[in-house]
Amino acid sequence: MIYRETGQYKTTYEADQQLLPILQDRLFMLIVLFVAFFVVPLTASEYLFRAILVPFLILTLAAIGLNILVGFCGQVSLGTGGFMAVGAYAAYNLVIRVPDLNLLVVFLLAGLAATVVGILFGLPSLRIKGFYLAVATLAAQFFLDWAFARIGWFTNYAPSGSVTAPALTIFGYTFQSPVEKYLLVLGIVVVFTLVARNLTRGAIGRSWMAMRDMDVAAEVIGIRPLYAKVTAFAVSSFFVGLAGALWAFVYLGAWEPLAFDVNRSFQLLFMVIIGGLGSILGSFLGAAFIVILPLVLNQLPGWLGIDMSTALISHIEFMIFGALIVFFLIVEPHGLARLWAIGKEKLRLWPFPH
Amino acid sequence: MNFLQSKWMTVALFAVLGAGAVAPLLVTDTRLPQWIEVVLGGLMSGVLYSLVALGLVLIFKASGVFNFAQGAMVLFAALSLVRIMEKVPFPVALVLTIAIMVAVAWLIERLVLRPLVNQEGIVLFMATLGIAYFLDGLGQTVWGSDIYTLDIGMPKEPKILLENVFEGGILVGMEDVIAAVIAAVLVGVLALFFQKTPTGRALRAVADDHQAAQSIGIPLNRIWVIVWTVSGIVALVAGIIWGSKLGVQFSLQLVALKALPVVILGGFTSVPGAIIGGLIIGLGEKLSEVYLGPLLGGGIENWFAYVLALVFLLFRPEGLFGEKHIDRV
Repeated sequence: MIYRETGQYKTTYEADQQLLPILQDRLFMLIVLFVAFFVVPLTASEYLFRAILVPFLILTLAAIGLNILVGFCGQVSLGTGGFMAVGAYAAYNLVIRVPDLNLLVVFLLAGLAATVVGILFGLPSLRIKGFYLAVATLAAQFFLDWAFARIGWFTNYAPSGSVTAPALTIFGYTFQSPVEKYLLVLGIVVVFTLVARNLTRGAIGRSWMAMRDMDVAAEVIGIRPLYAKVTAFAVSSFFVGLAGALWAFVYLGAWEPLAFDVNRSFQLLFMVIIGGLGSILGSFLGAAFIVILPLVLNQLPGWLGIDMSTALISHIEFMIFGALIVFFLIVEPHGLARLWAIGKEKLRLWPFPH
Repeated sequence: MNFLQSKWMTVALFAVLGAGAVAPLLVTDTRLPQWIEVVLGGLMSGVLYSLVALGLVLIFKASGVFNFAQGAMVLFAALSLVRIMEKVPFPVALVLTIAIMVAVAWLIERLVLRPLVNQEGIVLFMATLGIAYFLDGLGQTVWGSDIYTLDIGMPKEPKILLENVFEGGILVGMEDVIAAVIAAVLVGVLALFFQKTPTGRALRAVADDHQAAQSIGIPLNRIWVIVWTVSGIVALVAGIIWGSKLGVQFSLQLVALKALPVVILGGFTSVPGAIIGGLIIGLGEKLSEVYLGPLLGGGIENWFAYVLALVFLLFRPEGLFGEKHIDRV
């Protein structure tokens, strides 16, 4: 009864084309943003920021990037971890070699570095698709892993291969406490979510979706496959690279190449599948789900009073992830985002059935 | 006909690969016996890649599913065997493990493939990713996650051959030779099974055309169970050989990922392709590690196979022996 669009007339094109055409959606979004920017920083505990909120936001950004590629353009990638590593190490090298650069600029340039590498490894997608492409991106993953571990220049010849990020100082202000870091990441994620949302509903996003749904038909109606696929790889890698830089600088602080191994790629792919292929909201839901699930599973035996070793829990976690992937692919291929949409649809009609 | 598709391209590719393999002999001061040892070692690990790739190809041919879980099946089968062997003698354990693999195949068909019938290949691929995770978790939950040594009585001592030809002779691991023999026998048995038995003929019919096969009364679901069982058994054999070489442990699964570039190289639909692709990858990996590794800082083994596959994809997406038709834009 509350969620009605009756009486909301659109009298201009701007009103018709805006991001959230329904008043209640706009209000809801404002409330969410208010809570995220003001209520959460004042109330949440330090543990919550460090263990859940910061990783959730950064992985969301990476999941949005991957979703652009897999969900919107239909090109499966198993090399996301490698592209995150490109962003992280590009940022590290920029900071070391150009010390006066503003950190925000560093992050953006790190994203651009990942873009270049992403385009390079995305070029085979012009000739191949499906699991052939998945193997090609797997090649990128293993090659990049090796490059960052073995080529000393990338790590500034650190003997153990592990590098440490400098303090997060932007415009003379140092982001130190978990709350400050959270707000920094939140700001970046909000801005780039908006960018992604607008890209995917614009002409370029439509060309990606056309490529995904049927490439031959898309080509016939005048979409250039080369352009559509390369832009998808470029935009996706930019997001992933940016997320990689944030993951390294804000979340990890000090890291080694193992932080971005093939398991990271799978984790992100799972987020996208569980959250919802081809949905920005789904990236948020999927990331939240996959960040929170292991924490809950770790606590659950304690709550139930069962004694379990951590190794056993991690194996059961594997099983649950695997089963969930299959479950979502069978029952709800559009993931958690679709469940949300169904809920909204039900709410519109409630309390009447039709 | 385009040059890239022609027979000469195959010849040229083989020539390039052959030249790459022989190059160390000409360039550096490599000794011939050492080179032969590296080649043999490469071929032996290639046999193992071939076995995993074989399971992949079988499933892909019969059901169009690219089975990412093949590596997980290898690990699961090996783990089951090793743990059951602690209680009962090897032959009984083998039978029990085969029974487990049949059950796994049946469950996968029932719970995953049947609900997803008629979905796109990429959806099925992601579903097998889920299966892979599930099997990994299940195997380690049920059987434990330590490193187990699998001892089925293979000789461990290496033999020195051709002592009168080369100074010092050539070191050959006997278990490698036995592994190669087992692999060859397995391929032979599979070939007979596919060519001579009614079930094998039905499998090939399904591989050629699902709908046509179904319309002449071949039960698709049962065929899928059979083909997943067969690749489960192939996975078991791979697991036995690999497990007795490296010990049964989680990293088996990562090594099995190498089967992906193997099938790209050999072609998704070709059994000989899987074998030869595996040999090429194993050989190339070892040779590049030994002779190129020092130049690039080592660790090449981890990505060599994938990059080789990437190059192949660019020039010849259907692989060495795959069917010519491939979807591309």
